[in-house]
Amino acid sequence: MTATQPVTGELGKARRRKEDARLITGRTRWTDNITLPGMLHMAVVRSPLAHAKITAINTDAARELPGVLGVFTATDLGADSISLPCAWQITPDMKSPKAPPLAVDTVHFAGEGVAVVVARDAASAADAVSAVEVDYDELPPVLDMEAALADGATLVHPDLGTNRNALWVFDSAEAGSGGDVEQAIRDAEVVVKRRFHQQRLIPAFMEPRSVVVDPTGEQLTMWSATQVPHILKTMASLTLGVPEHKVRVIAPDVGGGFGGKLQVTPEETVTLLVARRMGKPVKWTETRSESLLAAHHGRDQIQDLTVAARRDGTVTGLKVELLADMGAYLRLVTPGIPILGAFMFNSIYKFPAYRFACTNVFTTKTPTDAYRGAGRPEATFAIERMMDELAVELGMEPLELRQRNWITHEEFPFATVAGLTYDSGNYEAATAKAKELFDYGGLRAEQRRRREAGDPVQLGIGISTYTEMCGLAPSRVLGALSYGAGGWEHASIRMLATGTVEVVTGVSPHGQGHETAWSQIIADKLGVPFEDVEVLHGDTQLSPKGMDTYGSRSLAVGGIAAVRAADKVIEKARKVAAHMLECSEADLEFAQGKFTIKGTDRGKTIQEVAFTTFAAHDLPEGMEPSLDSEATFDPENFSFPHGTHLCAAEVDTETGWVTITRYVCVDDVGTVVNPLIVEGQIQGGLAQGIAQALFEEATYDEGGTLTTGTLADYLVPSAADLPHFTTDRTETPATTNPLGVKGVGEAGTIASTPAVVNAVLDAVRHLGVTDIDMPCSPQRVWRAVQSARGAAKSTSDHTTEAAAGGGLGSIDAQGGAR
Amino acid sequence: MTRISVMVDGVSYVDDVEPRTLLVHYLRERLGKTGTVVGCDTSNCGACTVHLDGRSVKSCSVFAVQVDGSEITTIEGLIRDGNLHPMQQAFHDNHALQCGYCTPGMIMQAIDLLGDDPNPDEQTVREGLEGNLCRCTGYQNIVRAVLDAAEKMKPAVRAQQPSTVAGGGN
Repeated sequence: MTATQPVTGELGKARRRKEDARLITGRTRWTDNITLPGMLHMAVVRSPLAHAKITAINTDAARELPGVLGVFTATDLGADSISLPCAWQITPDMKSPKAPPLAVDTVHFAGEGVAVVVARDAASAADAVSAVEVDYDELPPVLDMEAALADGATLVHPDLGTNRNALWVFDSAEAGSGGDVEQAIRDAEVVVKRRFHQQRLIPAFMEPRSVVVDPTGEQLTMWSATQVPHILKTMASLTLGVPEHKVRVIAPDVGGGFGGKLQVTPEETVTLLVARRMGKPVKWTETRSESLLAAHHGRDQIQDLTVAARRDGTVTGLKVELLADMGAYLRLVTPGIPILGAFMFNSIYKFPAYRFACTNVFTTKTPTDAYRGAGRPEATFAIERMMDELAVELGMEPLELRQRNWITHEEFPFATVAGLTYDSGNYEAATAKAKELFDYGGLRAEQRRRREAGDPVQLGIGISTYTEMCGLAPSRVLGALSYGAGGWEHASIRMLATGTVEVVTGVSPHGQGHETAWSQIIADKLGVPFEDVEVLHGDTQLSPKGMDTYGSRSLAVGGIAAVRAADKVIEKARKVAAHMLECSEADLEFAQGKFTIKGTDRGKTIQEVAFTTFAAHDLPEGMEPSLDSEATFDPENFSFPHGTHLCAAEVDTETGWVTITRYVCVDDVGTVVNPLIVEGQIQGGLAQGIAQALFEEATYDEGGTLTTGTLADYLVPSAADLPHFTTDRTETPATTNPLGVKGVGEAGTIASTPAVVNAVLDAVRHLGVTDIDMPCSPQRVWRAVQSARGAAKSTSDHTTEAAAGGGLGSIDAQGGAR
Repeated sequence: MTRISVMVDGVSYVDDVEPRTLLVHYLRERLGKTGTVVGCDTSNCGACTVHLDGRSVKSCSVFAVQVDGSEITTIEGLIRDGNLHPMQQAFHDNHALQCGYCTPGMIMQAIDLLGDDPNPDEQTVREGLEGNLCRCTGYQNIVRAVLDAAEKMKPAVRAQQPSTVAGGGN
């Protein structure tokens, strides 16, 4: 029996992570570490062209190389009749192209797989890839969304008859959640219209994707560096016709995902087909270049916003028109990503009228799909940029403008114009705390000094007061949005004979620290020591049900499922304890892991109850000899973290260099299970959001070739590129789940991008700069300042926007690695 | 094939390797040292960092044949007598990892950094880790961990600790 010291107060404790022990010593289980007897290695032949007819594939030379066991095209594998799944039919008339896992007769983006090579070792497979000769007839690439929608445009998929994937509209007047935005615009005292570009990003998880498929057992086993083993299992069955009960999917240690591994990939599918064909285990591991080129990208929108307002700053309407780049194919949730933003453009503000219309467009680029925040960062960026633009237009203090329009803490629950109900929040408290930590007044004074002195290094202050929707998702909402599945989550708890506990969760961590956080939650619920809880996940054989990890859902949905399962364990244990103590259940109270007869010191610990149940010699009449319990939790609502981010940025007007000198964020993610993990999630999120603002962009040349196909060109920031962050929290519990938690995985990324860009613009706006496209590279910032100065000389009343420039270190605006 | 003789994490190996085999592939595929990982193909990410004769190298940028006669330390060779290296301990204590994929390389580089400058300030640490990318943490806790380890590895502090714990790069 385990020692039974009482346990209380695990929730909120800054526990060091259980996961670390193996990760800091190299005892890791990445998919690429797996080696099985007789295992073969697969490599993919990829198209160098964005759009082309395949006229011939000559595999003879490759087949003759030593160690090569096979070269396969789509037709060879029967993959030409397979279409990769898209789970989100956003409109009834949405156009869905066929999406074979290898190109059949036409390639639609540079990097698309054309054939695969199987060899005895990875090096031989790589050699053979270069020996496969593919002949192409080039077709014109389709790269620009507006041009793609024009009459006579080259069609990415001619059989669809259009490059328009779908038009998805939400209108508050039609939905009954608000007024008519066109009327609001007609009646407005002030109307501000802006266009923003959400550049294309790449998730760039550190662990390249890898798959191993072993077809030799009764169940076909697939190990994959995936966020979604359960979805992958079901989709493999639906897509490939393998009976679901004959597939086991394992996500072992997974090295980051950020939405990038929320996918059913062509390579997973082909590895499975090849393994079955060869009758041997097969491994595929991508190179970083393949990952940047062919794993799905994120963002990539053109955003047209119109805000209507009164002169006093009260907003009266918001119209959003988006073009969203799908890339060449629809992957798992591609078309729904921009639609998730529909509910967030109105953000924390009381817009009385709202319309959102998103046109999804096919191009000959890498498919897009979820990337950290998925639709919500795009929305938050646009509305927070707009609030600053409106403040400039009205000559108002930008924070005061926000305050005038945000939902006050007395107004919750608040039914929004986009049709959601925000359960709780306190924007005033988070903002007050952030202002104080930031020294808002002091920095504004410093900014004035520098402006008056004409300092070459100007100071800007950027604000982002955001909310987001987390905890994807209530199944009824997903149903209303025509998503292909529900949003519940599953957990089960096994009370072992010796009193230790196994928690099985359906979420699938890849860096989040669920093993630690779930241990805290269950230790707290059951009153067992933190060390006595083992959290099991990521293998469909031991965790049979789950919807996996994305959308800041794990704690707010999966954690609650674990809580519910623990409640059931306690109720079962109560019956046994009452029987052991010869009292009625009503006389027992449960605290700190012990059932005690009220008013006495007589009691039984949950460990004693567990052993008695295991022995089963003397149980209550009709009781099964088990305390084990499971629960499936379907949330009634999303959760709505919020916060205030303040960024101070210096802009060197002579070089365009941006330096973040102070970054303060106060986030309200509800109740916190582990503050260390929460802080880590915020900090990592900030890094990715700041990277969008300043560094990262996936760019294509005029032929449709990705020019940022290495980490030398795609600028994931290093430690030297990022500032120190001051993070703090307010805590307004969610009212829609028993823990009061909201989710924290995406907050930092969602909030930080507009804070940084607003700061950069605030630093140079008085020079006449009105906009700078992201990333705000030195070149773009310098050009913006230069052209504003030039414009100021020629026409004193005219301001200017920065032309699209390059990324860090670029020289030529047109060239190469921008 | 070329014959090499190399000491890895305190064990001697003699192997025939292809001239083109990278050190990281030799470590992972021949020796099973899968604690060292591959994160890119352009030597940008640093995930494969190990120590070669006491200095950090990106093992994707070294051929196996080049380490003939050398001593290699990987993340798997840092523990001494069951004790974590102070840098490993500091990464754990300061929550300096999330997914952990960059962690082996980051720890090996951080140890090397302290070999060059046992008493760095924050900016020195940030610049010293510039060749190692992390996508999860935003680096703040990594920097904190390295400063923490530096403090704990100072001679006065170390004298009070078991002497069997390996020092860093010195």
